[in-house]
Amino acid sequence: MPKRTDISSILVIGAGPIVIGQACEFDYSGTQAIKALKEEGYRVVLVNSNPATIMTDPDMADATYVEPITPEIVARIIEKERPDAVLPTMGGQTALNTALALFNDGTLEKFGVKMIGADADAIDKAEDRQRFREAMDKIGLESARSGVAHTVEEAFAVLERTGLPSIIRPSFTLGGTGGGVAYNKAEFEQIVKSGLDASPTTEVLIEESLLGWKEYEMEVVRDRHDNSIIICSIENVDPMGVHTGDSITVAPALTLTDKEYQIMRSASLAVLREIGVETGGSNVQFAVNPKDGRLIVIEMNPRVSRSSALASKATGFPIARVAAKLAVGYTLDELTNEITGATPASFEPSIDYVVTKIPRFAFEKFKGAQPLLSTAMKSVGEVMAIGRNFKESVQKALRGLETGLDGFNRVLWLEGGGRDEITAALSKQTPDRLLIVGQAFREGFSVDEVHAITHYDKWFLRHIAEIIAEETAIMEDGLPTDAAGLCRLKAMGFSDKRLATLAVRGIHVAGGLGETQARSSGLLHDALKMMAGATSEDEVRALRHKLGVHPVFKRIDSCAAEFEAITPYMYSTYEGPLFGAPECEAAPSNRKKIAILGGGPNRIGQGIEFDYCCCHACFALEDAGYETIMVNCNPETVSTDYDTSDRLYFEPLTAEDVLEILRVEQQNGELVGVIVQFGGQTPLKLAQALEDAGIPILGTSPDAIDLAEDRERFSALVERLGLLQPANGIARSRDEAVAVANRIGFPVLIRPSYVLGGRAMEIVDSVAQLDDYIATAVQVSGDSPVLIDQYLRDAIECDVDALCDGEQVVVAGVMQHIEEAGIHSGDSACTLPPYSLPASIIAEMERQAEALALALGVKGLMNIQFAVKDGKVYLIEVNPRASRTVPFVAKAIGQPVAKIAARVMAGEKLATFPPFKREFDYMAVKEAVFPFARFPGVDPVLSPEMKSTGEVMGIDSNFAVAFAKSQLGAGTRLPDGGVVFISVKDSDKPVILPAAQQLVALGFTLIATGGTARYLADAGVAVEPVNKVAEGRPHIVDRIIDGDVALIINTTEGWQSLKDSQSIRASALHGKVPYYTTAAASVAAAQAIAALRGAKLEVRSLQDYYNH
Amino acid sequence: MADAATSHAPQPQGATGVLVLADGHVAWGKGFGATGDAVGEVCFNTAMTGYEEVMTDPSYAGQIVTFTFPHIGNVGVNAEDLESHVDGAVGCVVREDVTAPSNFRAEGEFDAWLAAKGKIGLAGIDTRALTRRIRLSGAPNAVIAHHPDGKFDIPALIQRAAQWPGLEGMDLARVVTRHEVESWNGGTWALGQGYASSPTTPRPHVVAMDFGAKDNIFRNLDHAGAKVTVVPGTTPLDGVLALAPDGVFLSNGPGDPAATGAYAVPVIQGLLQRDVPIFGICLGHQMLALAAGAKTTKMHQGHRGANHPVKRLADGVVEITSMNHGFAVDNTALPDTVEETHVSLFDGSNCGIAIKGKRAFGVQYHPEASPGPMDSFYLFQKFIESLA
Repeated sequence: MPKRTDISSILVIGAGPIVIGQACEFDYSGTQAIKALKEEGYRVVLVNSNPATIMTDPDMADATYVEPITPEIVARIIEKERPDAVLPTMGGQTALNTALALFNDGTLEKFGVKMIGADADAIDKAEDRQRFREAMDKIGLESARSGVAHTVEEAFAVLERTGLPSIIRPSFTLGGTGGGVAYNKAEFEQIVKSGLDASPTTEVLIEESLLGWKEYEMEVVRDRHDNSIIICSIENVDPMGVHTGDSITVAPALTLTDKEYQIMRSASLAVLREIGVETGGSNVQFAVNPKDGRLIVIEMNPRVSRSSALASKATGFPIARVAAKLAVGYTLDELTNEITGATPASFEPSIDYVVTKIPRFAFEKFKGAQPLLSTAMKSVGEVMAIGRNFKESVQKALRGLETGLDGFNRVLWLEGGGRDEITAALSKQTPDRLLIVGQAFREGFSVDEVHAITHYDKWFLRHIAEIIAEETAIMEDGLPTDAAGLCRLKAMGFSDKRLATLAVRGIHVAGGLGETQARSSGLLHDALKMMAGATSEDEVRALRHKLGVHPVFKRIDSCAAEFEAITPYMYSTYEGPLFGAPECEAAPSNRKKIAILGGGPNRIGQGIEFDYCCCHACFALEDAGYETIMVNCNPETVSTDYDTSDRLYFEPLTAEDVLEILRVEQQNGELVGVIVQFGGQTPLKLAQALEDAGIPILGTSPDAIDLAEDRERFSALVERLGLLQPANGIARSRDEAVAVANRIGFPVLIRPSYVLGGRAMEIVDSVAQLDDYIATAVQVSGDSPVLIDQYLRDAIECDVDALCDGEQVVVAGVMQHIEEAGIHSGDSACTLPPYSLPASIIAEMERQAEALALALGVKGLMNIQFAVKDGKVYLIEVNPRASRTVPFVAKAIGQPVAKIAARVMAGEKLATFPPFKREFDYMAVKEAVFPFARFPGVDPVLSPEMKSTGEVMGIDSNFAVAFAKSQLGAGTRLPDGGVVFISVKDSDKPVILPAAQQLVALGFTLIATGGTARYLADAGVAVEPVNKVAEGRPHIVDRIIDGDVALIINTTEGWQSLKDSQSIRASALHGKVPYYTTAAASVAAAQAIAALRGAKLEVRSLQDYYNH
Repeated sequence: MADAATSHAPQPQGATGVLVLADGHVAWGKGFGATGDAVGEVCFNTAMTGYEEVMTDPSYAGQIVTFTFPHIGNVGVNAEDLESHVDGAVGCVVREDVTAPSNFRAEGEFDAWLAAKGKIGLAGIDTRALTRRIRLSGAPNAVIAHHPDGKFDIPALIQRAAQWPGLEGMDLARVVTRHEVESWNGGTWALGQGYASSPTTPRPHVVAMDFGAKDNIFRNLDHAGAKVTVVPGTTPLDGVLALAPDGVFLSNGPGDPAATGAYAVPVIQGLLQRDVPIFGICLGHQMLALAAGAKTTKMHQGHRGANHPVKRLADGVVEITSMNHGFAVDNTALPDTVEETHVSLFDGSNCGIAIKGKRAFGVQYHPEASPGPMDSFYLFQKFIESLA
């Protein structure tokens, strides 16, 4: 069936900001979809509030709206653009819910917009628990015993039938927010309440517990002709009870017979048919009773999902691309798989390797959050690894996580622990349970024992036990001295680093003495090396190379080598000889090539923004005629999409893995260099190892990067350039820290060196706090020093992104933060251009940026943070590499900043590119988005430590409206009337006064606590006093809980005040009441409310902004 | 490709198994299953599940199966998943050591089961490289050998592989067919219920000619409503007719359709002349085509997996099918009496025919699945309905 000709323009709805449960996989799917639709000649209109996406690049869609994804705004876009159809299946739950709302309110019908991919009824049937259950009954598939409840009383009635433990799932939420597992009635009531709250329809599903059952997912693609195929089966290592996004998973399913697999396959197809997903990708989740194979359908997503991204990367089948083509009328038999070039799209992928996904968590960022996994997703990213067997795959995944693991590292706190202690640890669903399983085997637990506690399938456990047994053997016997022996270990996935650790431990099991001595030089080290075979990663590598043991590269071809595929998509493995040398399929080309190292798994502080930069480097260097080689291990990204680079290596970003790739790539053609400055800290950390191996690094030299990161070297440079820095010092002990702080004067900003995302950064007001901090910081950063800076209280912070080619400097953007200095820049809202800074200050920052770039010899991108206080510009930090703000700047100014940087790094001059526009008739506001709602018990307050997962951009003709849009995009609906609660610290009182006056003028009622109430009353503002929590009831929290408060403005000074007001923020978060914890943002919010009054938000495409 | 100089790789320490190709190439690994040696053609299968079914599929008679999926043996073996009781493949080559099974249906371990069946396993081989070699230069004849003491007479094994005549022209169906007429009893499998037993009500009678059939074919015929009598593939026309069939089924099987067709094609022609409804699968399909005047060709590249898309030409529907064939009906030279009904979406090769004016059709793929998807079960129903 050919494509539809009754439609010519299509609206694609994106997923908005990166949040837990909805990450950059939807940029990947949306980008693929837009490309596929454009290829077919459709006019594509896109809405997505997330500026860090590739899909919102102005050359992707025909009209790109970086606007909040709300039904009202999308309706405005529809009214303006009049698309013939809307594709709601590429933007996660956000897009699905928005499209459904537009269907329900009649907007789609009014403007004659058809839904393609999935229609409203199919979406509703899949999402509505009761209808889904009925649909499953109809086709004879079992669902868990369950019932729907809209009140707590109804919930208890259902519980009578389903029993404890009980699973509670709220309807229409993403990532299972508000759901959980209850083991007793009190817990049940609590989770039901939070679930009812979280559900937009105040509905929860209560289910019988399937805890301990095996969990599977099937990725299905269907066309309008009812042809359906399975792209990939996924088996969860974590059994039922842990959200699939938080589970360790493998592909394909490994513990099913063909008969069981085919039952699941047929059931998946039946589910799609019954739900009525007309075309596209869907995923169906199953639980299987390991005792008798009883199969239960858990849920289905009638859209491309996180698992679809994983399945695409795991198999080499471009699900989103194919789904987009099917949505416009093609059938599977009419399409070919563009990745392989060899197989039709209707070919079910067969794979000849094992894929492991391990999620990455960020509990350490959220003080007070319990690191326990449940049915509500908490992970912020994931790593995927490919190996020829499970052992290799899982060990590659562990080292690819970048959490300091190089395999099954020991769990020190359990070492030598009693059986009870280990049993207790195993029984908890914690993020590091896999490592605890390994430790349990070390401590003598059997596979059966671990299985009984964890319900991990014994098949996986046996392999893990074998890895641990092999580790013990290495510790006893040292490293093998022959190629076959070493190759055997490498084929089990052991990293060089892990082998070195094991070898060293083997010769000196007592204490850490062996490790310390191995690191020394001289006779003792040589003796140890003799005994162990090797004592360091470098020595293992040298031994390996001496024996000629290298990985080979295999291709991901979706057909297990049955057909010749052109796929330039590879992974490494270790093979023994077959009829001669081990077969390597890398076939490096004879071209001039550049490798771009990606950012690895997403984490707070290093996410989609860096992947965006890596993608742009690929696009730009390809344009410049180079062959581009991407190395990354994050399956959610666009960078690991098949057409982003010329060659893709899906590998962990460790020195060992990257060096082996480059070794092979250097066997033919010319490796011009490697770009390490675009993927965040991950590739930067590899720069030294690459340089040591003689690999050319493109752009700014690693030494210049180090200079900028090294406080002492950097201070010398700043002094030489005559620039101003906050007073600072470096301390390597507690006493040194106290001395430095006293010299500078409190408050000070303190942090460990070499950190990303402000990890463990705090503002400290006293020696007592300093002491408290030192204890934790040293734990965090080992023996590296702490940095102490003068904290410029209430200063305005600015970010400057600039390009430099070594001779010329071009400032791409100056951003003014809305939150004052001291809030992590990644968590601050900011504007481009600055909304309140005088031109002279901006000019001064640009002058300093130029001086710094030239002094550092920057070739490529540079980011500088300044603080402005009392008319003086202080230099806070310089990072001569791609920063988190690059995509925002690029979107705001309409210039491909990262692309230009990549070409400059490859040797081109800035003068050859057209100059940037410096005057704007609009204002762009970036706002951060936080996952606090996922972490009950955590104080939702901003600090120097980054906590946001994503960002949105609001863009409009003036600051107030742009800010309002940024708030709306981030999920905050500013009120149009009602009660505003104000409680601010003394220094903020004059700042807040005009905002208070403005709000009263707008008809709001003000309530305030003690000092603030008095201050406002004295200034002639009508205000009603309200009790602080400590002042007796009813107090402010009572009023917030009663739904009486529409807006909260609450700033604090010092720890006590912060602690006292925690319940205010917690109840605001819980009650979804907008709240601001800084004066500047509160003032901006008041302005935004005024601007919104009576006015309808207008929408305008980026292309329109840029072309005027 | 390795040249002769690298082919005589020295035996690595601990090697207890070996694959010796007729051209002298030697691949060392770890033996499992039965000990001894066996000769056959090395083929591959890309299915990720169903190794037990594959190893008991008579179509693999005379073959050594290379499993492209690295982990084989995960779910052990059980009595239900057998596809026949005859000798199919003589051995298998896998990437990973076989581990203990983990599945509630497992009744035994793959390793011990293979040994009991007299089939040889070889682990530790880069099966992807071997598959690529087969794809590029054809399926080689080889000896698979397993000796726990690690003692192998390589020159003798090379000679044995080289002297083996190969599958071409080989009538293996004669070896794996039943030798007695059998009244089939048993329907399809369901989780928790096992195989259904056949109803005793009167039903149309299908005589199934066994050229090396998988049992799941008979179960599906039964399930679709037929009373099934299985007869040896060598049964002459009057022997078939004597059973008073309402329809005749032609099974899959190993080897060269030309060799088996020498005696089976005349039988099929006789059935066609008498307007007996016919349904053929794989080898049966090819011989039906030969009987109707079509030709079969050796494919440049066979199809071997459980994931192949086939287009049903009547309505454009795509069926995902299980395939295992190296010969195909030549669809560039079909006689007027033969209509093409299905084609491969991979290479356009023929996947189904119907004989015009007759109630006779065949498919190249395996609608009985096992292993593989169940998309094409309708064909059994279609056949039984045609018997009315």
